[in-house]
Amino acid sequence: MCLAIPGQIVEFSTEQAGLAKVDVAGVKRNVNVSLLEDEGVACGDWVLIHVGFAMSKIEESQAKDQLRMLSALGEDEMAMDEIRGYSFAERE
Amino acid sequence: MKYVDEFRDPQLIANVSREIARLAGATRHYRIMEVCGGHTHAIYRHGLKNLLPPNVELIHGPGCPVCVLPMGRVDDGLSIAQQRDVIMTAFGDMMRVPGTRGTPLEHKARGVDIRMVYSPLDALRIAQTTPEKHVVFFAIGFETTAPSTALTLARARSLGITNFSVFCNHVTIVPAIRAILDSPDMRLDAFVGPGHVSTVTGCRPYEFIARDYGKPVVISGFEPLDILESILMILRQLRVGQARVENQYRRIVPWEGNLPALQAIGEAFELRPYFEWRGLGFISQSALKVSSAFAAWDAEVQFEVPGVRVTDPKAAQCGEVLKGVLKPPQCKLFGKECNPEHPVGALMVSSEGACAAYYRYAHLSESVPA
Repeated sequence: MCLAIPGQIVEFSTEQAGLAKVDVAGVKRNVNVSLLEDEGVACGDWVLIHVGFAMSKIEESQAKDQLRMLSALGEDEMAMDEIRGYSFAERE
Repeated sequence: MKYVDEFRDPQLIANVSREIARLAGATRHYRIMEVCGGHTHAIYRHGLKNLLPPNVELIHGPGCPVCVLPMGRVDDGLSIAQQRDVIMTAFGDMMRVPGTRGTPLEHKARGVDIRMVYSPLDALRIAQTTPEKHVVFFAIGFETTAPSTALTLARARSLGITNFSVFCNHVTIVPAIRAILDSPDMRLDAFVGPGHVSTVTGCRPYEFIARDYGKPVVISGFEPLDILESILMILRQLRVGQARVENQYRRIVPWEGNLPALQAIGEAFELRPYFEWRGLGFISQSALKVSSAFAAWDAEVQFEVPGVRVTDPKAAQCGEVLKGVLKPPQCKLFGKECNPEHPVGALMVSSEGACAAYYRYAHLSESVPA
């Protein structure tokens, strides 16, 4: 729950405002990016995700650091389970 | 040191560690609280105690959401879960927190419909696809997760989804820090401030700690070097008698926080007059409830909750550990009746709880010093 998962925005949803597909280590899921719309987000941007919501924009190098840190903390599997588990905007 | 290989720059770590020892000297004892459970986990996982001199002591703070949730609230949530046509949803951490009659997971095994979700939006989705049931989201967490619950409530309202509600247990970190500062048995010199919570709150809410209590606060990242650097920044302040809020985690934490997130919290929630924290007791204005504008989505309005205050199992000393009065292994149940497979207290449940972290990694701290 307290994991901050780094991902890269690959596509914005045309069906729902504030939704974008992010890529986390090869797994792609929709997350809510509406909290970052004020500062502006674009495809290719890296973000930190908490429980389905992108909470901050980060640099690519920081995203790599964050992934490495999750793995050093033994939390990388949990993070991937969480990303795979987001089902709120996936088609059945 | 087993994990030094994973550190990005062992030489830099060694330098910071040496500088900490030099600044700490030998005459004074420093007690520094890391507020956030994520830091507690990282400190144990990386054996950072080995890199600190014996007179720099880290006290583990209350920043682990499942750890501070009193048992009575778990019981309240489970009571809602057992009502007719209800599906209860909760984060994975919550599933293993013991109530008086077992954990949510154990209730699930007995046939109560309790499902694990990774996002409050997943809970809302279940409500959309299961219109004949009422879906309740058991919301926990600090300011990192509160905006997500807030936006989920806003979405439920805008879509007119009426079979969804939130059992709100969100807490805010600043009143807990104030309670700790006001507690007579807590003697602390400084705080390592939370990282991800501060991406939402920003750094300003901590200013009273420096201004009114004269204690330094350094907002920290989660890498070993981040935490050590933050401790160094604290010691630098203490050495010259300064107290201010500094931001070591500038690469992620903006000084002003995330304004849209704060706004979402402000719209969906209001402050409770008081809320019970396990180990810390009742703290005024320390928790959020669903605001009256969202009463139709407030599980505490929609359902009767017993609201009974339940004392912790007598033998477990979670409260003392939470306040840093006892170290985890000093609790009578530690590693015996209470272990990560069968947690008696919540501190043993989450990887961010001091007891679980100590249980898994203490052998690192007791190995070769750096």
